[in-house]
Amino acid sequence: MSASDESNEIVFGQTAGLGGAGSLREADWPNPARGMFDTVDPVPGASKPDPILVASDVSRSFGGIRAVSVERLEVQRGAITALIGPNGAGKTTFFNLLTGFDKPDSGNVMFDGETASGQASYKLAIKGMVRTFQLTKVLARMTVLDNMMLAGQQQSGESMFRGFIRMWGGQEAGVREKALEILAQFNMTHMSGEFAGSLSGGQRKLLEMARAMMAQPRLIMLDEPMAGVNPALTQSLLEHVKRLRSEGISVVFVEHDMDVVRDISDWVVVMAEGEIIAEGTSDMIGSNQAVIDAYLGSSHASLTEQILTGHIPDVEEVEAGLAEAAELEAAEIAAFEAETGPIEQVGESSDD
Amino acid sequence: MDWWEIISNAIRTGIGSTVIIYTLAAIGLNLHFGYTGLLNFGQVGFMAAGAYGVGIMTRTYHHPLWVGVLVGLAAGFVLALLLGLPTLRLRADYLAIVTIAAGEILRLVVRAASLQEYTGGSSGLNGVADEFQDKWNFIWTPEARYGERIFGGRLNFRFTGGELWEMLVGWTLVLVCLLVMWLLVSSPWGRVLRSIREDEDAARSLGKNVFRFKMQSLVLGGLFGSLAGIFYALQQNSVQPDNYVTPVTFFALTAAIIGGFGRIWGPVVGAMIFWMILSLTENILRQAEGQDYLPESLIDGVQVGQVRFILTGLGLMLLMIFRPQGVFGDKREIAIDVRK
Repeated sequence: MSASDESNEIVFGQTAGLGGAGSLREADWPNPARGMFDTVDPVPGASKPDPILVASDVSRSFGGIRAVSVERLEVQRGAITALIGPNGAGKTTFFNLLTGFDKPDSGNVMFDGETASGQASYKLAIKGMVRTFQLTKVLARMTVLDNMMLAGQQQSGESMFRGFIRMWGGQEAGVREKALEILAQFNMTHMSGEFAGSLSGGQRKLLEMARAMMAQPRLIMLDEPMAGVNPALTQSLLEHVKRLRSEGISVVFVEHDMDVVRDISDWVVVMAEGEIIAEGTSDMIGSNQAVIDAYLGSSHASLTEQILTGHIPDVEEVEAGLAEAAELEAAEIAAFEAETGPIEQVGESSDD
Repeated sequence: MDWWEIISNAIRTGIGSTVIIYTLAAIGLNLHFGYTGLLNFGQVGFMAAGAYGVGIMTRTYHHPLWVGVLVGLAAGFVLALLLGLPTLRLRADYLAIVTIAAGEILRLVVRAASLQEYTGGSSGLNGVADEFQDKWNFIWTPEARYGERIFGGRLNFRFTGGELWEMLVGWTLVLVCLLVMWLLVSSPWGRVLRSIREDEDAARSLGKNVFRFKMQSLVLGGLFGSLAGIFYALQQNSVQPDNYVTPVTFFALTAAIIGGFGRIWGPVVGAMIFWMILSLTENILRQAEGQDYLPESLIDGVQVGQVRFILTGLGLMLLMIFRPQGVFGDKREIAIDVRK
């Protein structure tokens, strides 16, 4: 039995984020992205019918290492796009470049028809591109409600002068109401008075997502929203992401868990070594040779394919797969040596 | 031992000018560190800017006192911009390094012999605020004595007219500053400051111009510091470069820690406690030494001044162990590991 089957059997209780989501069903959140990608070529850099975010020739190097080198990426409006790739593929760096938290060495990012590269991150957030972080950044010594209210946009009381002369009472009431409304959607109303620092890891993820929603995004960028979250809460977070989509918000998210990716993403973008190596629906990605090679090297083909298509192998299968891979590798080396002579070991390879 | 004298001295210290000066400086530090997370180790620099603004305007250029006060505040404003522009985009520790250095640089510059005709060099400027008592004091005669000894003459509550005027002006300033602080930190503006204290990247990701808010906080807190310096100059009727040394900043920081960072009333109560403990320990030691309760071989009159700081330090340690959040702080905040 796979992990996803198990998590579906959990009966949701009345803890944070679970009760509300437990009552959600996918039928309640129609997928407006259905059919959007029918005409899209599943190739890297494919053009989309209505892109909200376009990156072209974006590159970023740290010292001599080229962390990101993306020729073109278009993100479809109103859909959920997953960004996957092995560790060190440059996903988070690319995320930072898109959201203004880092500046690309070259290239151009367009957000909804406007140039986004070179703009300060806070300006992009105001324009509707709101991100979350891989390591949750809740404001620990502020209450959950204050965390939420902070995210309200265009608050006149945030001007020093107008804050001072207290020209914000009416607006503040509206912001509070909105914050409580979103907290209720996430079933966190009972925690609104607690310090965010006293929440558990999963609750922090929920709060961060709720807070991002409070900022009224048009495009929400989630960096590993499910990392370190238990399966039941993952299910709840997934429902929330689907709800975002049904409300017309575009979603980009970085994720490692292929079950999650297959469950909610309309389109999958695969990165490896800083480049986009494949795009497509999750079904296409599972059998894409470039993706399989990137994840486990060319010799681990069958094992990788199983993982990417959602099959969790048991120990014997993994051992068998690894043994098969070792044989293939030995054969490749032998073939290579037969052509070019014996390989000398010269320390660590430097092209990593 | 005359306990009544010890107690009346402590109370007089607690409501006196020194506490007012350190309260004003600590209010600024509270805005910087307690609400925004900015590490300002050079509050004394802002105090010097304010004091020398008054001194140079009134003594060197013979302007009226109100011009001096305005120039003092303007000097603090400019200093905050100069310190903030290069450092506020960088990590928090850069501001700490730059402010502590700027405070020292400022002191060494004003005491330089080559600037003697403007700043008075190492002897400073005297009579900078004659106007403060002679013209502005419309209630009391500065030299006359007012008040009573109460509790059958045991508690000394007699003050000169000058002292009463200082305290009236000083505590009014403190109350006004606290009102300004309360209006600001309870507003959405204050909420953004606190979010920057917690995690500035999070604030950025929610569309807040972190640099602008940090600069506003640095400037306003610096202005509170300049006000402290201006009041110091008025109260002393002089500006002396060697009054503006680095420990002043750390005394003000200590006051803010005792009271509890991030609380409106923290700096007031913290400064009172700090200086009252110093007064109590000094008076107790002096009397004990004067009446030979303490043998000369153990401690002499000169050493009393140092020992009171040792005892005060001990008191601070006990406070941090048993009440790390300060007098007004919330214990729950300390319990939260902000690094998580």
